[in-house]
Amino acid sequence: MYVFKCANLMPLEGLVNRMKTVKNILLVGVGGQGTILVSKVLTAGLMKAGYDVKMSEVHGMAQRGGSVTTQVRYGDKVYSPLIGKGMADILVAFEKMEAVRWIEYLKPDGIVVVNNYEIPSLPIAIGKAEYPQGIMEALKNSFKTIEIDAAKVATELGNIKTQNIVLLGALVKAFELTEVDWIEVLKEIIPAKMIDINIKAFNKGMEL
Amino acid sequence: MSGNEAIARGAYEAGVTVAAAYPGTPSTEILENIIEYKDYIYSEWAPNEKVATEVAIGASIGGARSLAAMKHVGVNVAADPIFTYAYLGVNGGFVLVTADDPSMHSSQNEQDNRYYAKFAKMAMIEPSDSQECKDFMKEAYRVSEEYDTPVLFRVTTRICHSKSIVELGEREEVSFKPYVKNIPKYVAAPANAKLAHARVEKRLEALEEYSNKSPLNKIEYNNKKIGIISSGVAYQYAKEIFGEDASYLKIGFTYPLPMNLIKEFSQNVEELYVIEELEPYMEEQIKAAGIKCTGKELIPRLYELNPEIIANALLDKVYETKKLDVNPVPRPPVLCPGCPHRGFFYTISKKKNRVVTGDIGCYTLGASQPLEALDTCICMGAGFSAGMGISKAFEVSGRPGKVFGVVGDSTFFHSGITGAIDIVYNKGNMVPVVLDNRITGMTGHQENPGTGKTLMGEPTTEIDVVGVLKAIGYKTVKVVDPCDLKAMEDTVKEAEEATESYAIVTKRPCVLIKGLPAPKTKCIVDRDKCKECKMCLKVGCPAIFFKDGKAYIEQSMCVGCDVCLQVCKFDAIGRVGE
Repeated sequence: MYVFKCANLMPLEGLVNRMKTVKNILLVGVGGQGTILVSKVLTAGLMKAGYDVKMSEVHGMAQRGGSVTTQVRYGDKVYSPLIGKGMADILVAFEKMEAVRWIEYLKPDGIVVVNNYEIPSLPIAIGKAEYPQGIMEALKNSFKTIEIDAAKVATELGNIKTQNIVLLGALVKAFELTEVDWIEVLKEIIPAKMIDINIKAFNKGMEL
Repeated sequence: MSGNEAIARGAYEAGVTVAAAYPGTPSTEILENIIEYKDYIYSEWAPNEKVATEVAIGASIGGARSLAAMKHVGVNVAADPIFTYAYLGVNGGFVLVTADDPSMHSSQNEQDNRYYAKFAKMAMIEPSDSQECKDFMKEAYRVSEEYDTPVLFRVTTRICHSKSIVELGEREEVSFKPYVKNIPKYVAAPANAKLAHARVEKRLEALEEYSNKSPLNKIEYNNKKIGIISSGVAYQYAKEIFGEDASYLKIGFTYPLPMNLIKEFSQNVEELYVIEELEPYMEEQIKAAGIKCTGKELIPRLYELNPEIIANALLDKVYETKKLDVNPVPRPPVLCPGCPHRGFFYTISKKKNRVVTGDIGCYTLGASQPLEALDTCICMGAGFSAGMGISKAFEVSGRPGKVFGVVGDSTFFHSGITGAIDIVYNKGNMVPVVLDNRITGMTGHQENPGTGKTLMGEPTTEIDVVGVLKAIGYKTVKVVDPCDLKAMEDTVKEAEEATESYAIVTKRPCVLIKGLPAPKTKCIVDRDKCKECKMCLKVGCPAIFFKDGKAYIEQSMCVGCDVCLQVCKFDAIGRVGE
């Protein structure tokens, strides 16, 4: 059969250089945690900063309490809306076990921002499996890991649902995306009656 | 803009005036975004994809530029009118959007609908990002009218649900095509169809000529050692990996393929690769034309691609990753806390030998642990009709017991009604059950014929499921609140014992419907009374789990449906907030 790999036709330097000019953010969580909202805010902010941005999300069946991911890629010129394994620069996990599920997508020198928060999946809830232990240690042993107690912060602020914006703040700080006026972006996307608490959540996330 | 938003915008800019669809991931947001242009475009949720397509076809015959949109398997439902309309040809431009789902993020298969264009002999266009979604729509309508052909506009999940920057244009004011009665063209009787087929073959020749010079098909010469032919989102993945180190023939008009352009390109590059997602649709045709190329020998046929998969397949480039010693537990999607389907599935699953045929929707999740209440899920409507077949097989084989068939309210209108008719007409030993949660749930809450509202937000006749079943001839149509487990249990028992036709309608709105009153109470576990029997875990509610040896109900998730409370034999679950 005629099969010819192009490995020997193309030096990999070009690819390596191209990959450096685009940054990849992978957001993972559980349906209902607000990952999509955060990726919307990120996309809007990065666009304002003048980057080419592509964002990819999954709808439908997965949203019913399943594992969800969204990806945001930005740089001078972005082609693919999607990344594969070993390509993410930063992994933001809204739930601890989800960090483990998607860890293979992170570059070996990538950063993990992880919410120290457990949501048992159904096999765990019905007693057919145990929630895995030692996740934080395992992450910290292998990656630059930033642990965030977003649930605690959000609860103190008075609304546990603002966890996602706390994590956005932590991501912005960890990834040094401070060139964007995020408060302005939040105001454009989040309804007026919820904006104050979300700004507080964002600022708290930046402080952690 | 997402691809779906851009398609809606493209339809608006192209001067479309009529659009119809049935919701289905990943296509749903196309029509949801078209409502933004409701001063210009009439749009509707049709009861199913076949009706949506026929409405759009009728509008096209009537002189309007029209659009029908659906997910890939929806095209199967609509195939009948599509194939015939491909023979007849259009009046106003007609575009059918098929949104395929490689990797089956939210589908029962990952069929590659590009073959529909070849099969039905109609033109096909494939955009590769949101900008192209919008721009190519305009060209689609121009081609449709110039070549008298329906156009299949093929997108995939990553096109529909990826967002990228789009530059907007102005709406083209297209004048309505005059409606002229034309029996030889629009009446697909055998004599007319024979002539039509001959016209279609000629049309394909003309379309191939167009394809060779279409602005949608472009050669980019860079390094000529590697030549890549690609289409759709796969082009973006290829570009990400090869950049300027390869030359490209990017095909946006994918049926008929631009064979002359492909030949020219193949002669100017050293090695030719075809990078496409799912089936070797282009590769087969290119190889059949005697052109040497590499494709599916290296690139997976299963699931969606991404840049890493392509780099790995073609360049042997392995992206390094680090593994952890911890293994995650799977997190499958589940019925939401308070989901009205839970009470029904819990009740029906108590007798393990009951056969229950399921259908497509949130209630497909009734098959998951711990309920495991479904035996089958095939396609929209099969919840009733496949159950009918099973009941007939059991009648012949002598296996006792009635079959229960399950569909949702939107699915009932989609294609459950015909199955319900079959059960009465042909005396099936089965009970059809409509799980009426007052909305189209899984796709994100679209109106349907039973909700009393149209897509455009107007109040309309609310079609009554119970009335329809009665009119079909069911002797008993029992309406029950599925969260009242005693009533649910009695109903199932009565249905099983009934000697005449019996149908069940469970009625309770989806808990996610906006504007419903907030729950007055929530359920809470009294730890002293909990005997750790784990009965409450059998309802499969994500809000209930064991914590420190006893049952626990997560208060932020509970909506107080009381199903677990009725299941607990020790009164260990009570209400708070009364």
